Amino acid sequence: MSDTTLSTAPVPARKGRGPWARAARRLWQNRSAMVALAIFLLIVAACLAAPLYARWAGVDPFQSTLDAVLKIDGVDVPVMEQSTEGLGLGYTPLGPTWNLKHYFLGADNQGRDVLARMLYGGLNSLWISAAATVLTLILGTAMGLAAGFFGGLTDTVLSRILDVLWAFPIYLLAISLSIVTLSEGLKIGPFVIESGSLWLPVIIIGIVYIPYVARPIRGQVLALRQSEFVLAAINLGVPGGRILWRDILPNVATTLIVFVPLMMALNMLTESALSFLSIGVQPPDASWGTIIQDGQALLYTRPWVALAPGLAIAVSVMALNVFGDGLRDALDPRSKIRLGRD
Amino acid sequence: MKRYLLAASAAALVTLGGLAPAWAEYQTAHRGGTMRLLARSSGGTLDPQINYTLQYWQIFQPIYDGLVTFKKADGNKGFEIVPDLAEALPEMSNDGKTLTFKLRKGIKFSTGQELTVKDVVASFQRIFKVSSPTAGSFYAGIVGADKCLAEAASCTLEGGVVADEAAGTITINLTAPDAEILSKLALPHASILPADTAAQDAGSAPVPGTGAYMISAYDPNKGMTLSRNPNFKEWSVDAQPDGYPDVVQYDFGLTEEAMVTAIQKGEADWMYDQPPTDRLVEIGTKYQDQVHISPLTAWWYAPLNVNLPPFDNVKARQAVSFAVDRNTLVNLFGGKVLAAPVCQVLPPNFPGHEPYCPYTKDPGTKWSAPDVEKAKQLVEESGTKGQKVTVVVEDTAVSRAIGVYLQSVLTDIGYVADVKPISSAIQFTYIQNTNNKVQMSVSQWYQDYPAASDFLNILFGCDSFHPGSDSSINMAGFCDKEIDKKMKDALALGVTDQAAADKMWAEIDKAVTDQAPAVPLFTPKHVDFVSKRTGNFLFNAQYYWIVTQSWVQ
Repeated sequence: MSDTTLSTAPVPARKGRGPWARAARRLWQNRSAMVALAIFLLIVAACLAAPLYARWAGVDPFQSTLDAVLKIDGVDVPVMEQSTEGLGLGYTPLGPTWNLKHYFLGADNQGRDVLARMLYGGLNSLWISAAATVLTLILGTAMGLAAGFFGGLTDTVLSRILDVLWAFPIYLLAISLSIVTLSEGLKIGPFVIESGSLWLPVIIIGIVYIPYVARPIRGQVLALRQSEFVLAAINLGVPGGRILWRDILPNVATTLIVFVPLMMALNMLTESALSFLSIGVQPPDASWGTIIQDGQALLYTRPWVALAPGLAIAVSVMALNVFGDGLRDALDPRSKIRLGRD
Repeated sequence: MKRYLLAASAAALVTLGGLAPAWAEYQTAHRGGTMRLLARSSGGTLDPQINYTLQYWQIFQPIYDGLVTFKKADGNKGFEIVPDLAEALPEMSNDGKTLTFKLRKGIKFSTGQELTVKDVVASFQRIFKVSSPTAGSFYAGIVGADKCLAEAASCTLEGGVVADEAAGTITINLTAPDAEILSKLALPHASILPADTAAQDAGSAPVPGTGAYMISAYDPNKGMTLSRNPNFKEWSVDAQPDGYPDVVQYDFGLTEEAMVTAIQKGEADWMYDQPPTDRLVEIGTKYQDQVHISPLTAWWYAPLNVNLPPFDNVKARQAVSFAVDRNTLVNLFGGKVLAAPVCQVLPPNFPGHEPYCPYTKDPGTKWSAPDVEKAKQLVEESGTKGQKVTVVVEDTAVSRAIGVYLQSVLTDIGYVADVKPISSAIQFTYIQNTNNKVQMSVSQWYQDYPAASDFLNILFGCDSFHPGSDSSINMAGFCDKEIDKKMKDALALGVTDQAAADKMWAEIDKAVTDQAPAVPLFTPKHVDFVSKRTGNFLFNAQYYWIVTQSWVQ
């Protein structure tokens, strides 16, 4: 005889959960995704606190302060130190003090507080990557929906445009667009964006990644277009726009949500690369890419100037990717969507 | 001249820490060995009549000769012009418009072919046939040059360069006296090449020369090998001295960081590029015996466009000059050992230089401190406060840092400023073209030859301003008719009385400085980092380190 006896008591009815609630629960249970999200939110919070930190520490991250002298533990410490040994060659910025009140990560070659610049730079990097993601999603989704749903000439034209964009190596295309717009800005009809504006990298990055979103969306829409509920709506004479908005868009929404963190990570890398090449964020504004560029000339003596923003990029991108994977698993465990890499 | 594009030179040799042996007799015991040089990249074409880079003008010195040349000596002695392929400096006649040279006999090209007057005539024609970058400026005064400039392919310079085979003489006729003609003839663009040299850019194919060395191998992506010219016999120790190393191996492709490390390890003897700033402390303390620092007759400056607001107002221009802290800029360049503040056009120790500094706290002869209050007052008076200013700089660490600093200064005195770093490859031409509406930029000028006109007339003369052109070296667009006339008078006076002309240039320097078409920033110094085994380091004022006069064994 078995120890186990089967219960014959009726199972209490459980209240059904909606798909979004189930997804949220799965996401919540994914520990690595939650840790990644927490890390990313911490970085965002720190960057948002940049003005507060600069005021508290009494530093101006955009003003050259080569002759500044700090008082640390009662000792005068110059922000930039002229070598007095040997031939007296070289002018070295202050290294990390590991004291939050005084140049925690040291100074750059303009005598500016690296930590304060990193926080302000992070704000720009995050803003650009987020805004570019929104732009990519809007344009990519619109193109994908139209191409997949209307088909025919619309599909042919839009798909060829995507093919052209896809054919260029991403960085080459981004660099070309940046160089063209760098000196004169961007003027399209009444819309004028001056050179040096943060909107320029947003638009450039937003445009180059459109195929990454539009193509999978188009594929999904092509499949949905043949589904019974869409065919029924068409046969009932429901206008195309209404079908797209009410029936198709909600069905691709999960894909778009999964795209958000993954695109942000990709955009952050692209923005850093462009800024590192001096064709992204323009001085005196900073981004993590521009700070790495500043630190390049100090790698031998003050490696933290380049290492710190490099680490910030690496951690942010990793956090976004891990969270993005978790989000994808939560929304659709069977999904095979992966972002391509150029 | 621009450092990247043109040759440069220096004023006087100052070695700090390193030993600077006096000019001495040839020491046979040190003859031989392979000298190893490094550079980040090649310097472009091997054609001595076309290449216009400091990098190759320096290496051309032991390879090519002209009728005259700058003396291969250290320091300011390098400014002296000495006869090279000519037996003596030319006889001047016809009110300075005719120069007659007698060619030395027995000199051979590296091919074994003997040098003749025909080679000289053909070489001068070739300057125009290959459209040498200085054909229209330095050599336009030769009779017949106007036709050659109009129709290069059929250039004969008829009546301009005349050979007398029997007498072995060459006569150069000028359309007008030119006090600087010997300096121009001493430059590599006037090198004498075999008459049968193709009238096209030689590119990567070495052109035979008459010097102590010849280029025996060249790959612009890998390196260059110089070996001894088997047909060379020393004819003048001043003009073309025999060298010490048997072979000079010049490799390209390493980063500055890697080059410093290679020299520290004894794997290389010298690097063309300046050591990166983050290695200066290290090499200045641990390797000070291997470092040579030499002041240059060069100028870092910020041209202000006098034809665009706000700098079409002289008070606005003067305000910026008052506000800029030269000490800060010197520090951005690497510290006071590597640069010195200036506030006038002509660099120290240069013909026509008389110390003058109106843009400082206590105006006089020397810059002491910025006068920001005065600057703010001038901005108010000019009525330009609040206007937008963009500073266009090269995308290099130092230029970008200077641009960011200038942006903060402009903001401080009341402008809405931003800085635009653009690729070094295009910045120099971009800031010259008036179509790009550049208000302010950062640039450098290194002399072609030691003459005040090479700064003042070239950078601020009306003839150097070409609206809409990428080749308008007067970036400020400054054209003051009165000052321009004085420049022309000084050039004419130099033919008969150079000392009086230099006095006049000093006055012109002050007049230009008062008009402030540019903000003088600092005069740089040059760092040479050599291996421990490199001996007899000589820094020539005109062409920098004299490569083959150093030994490696």
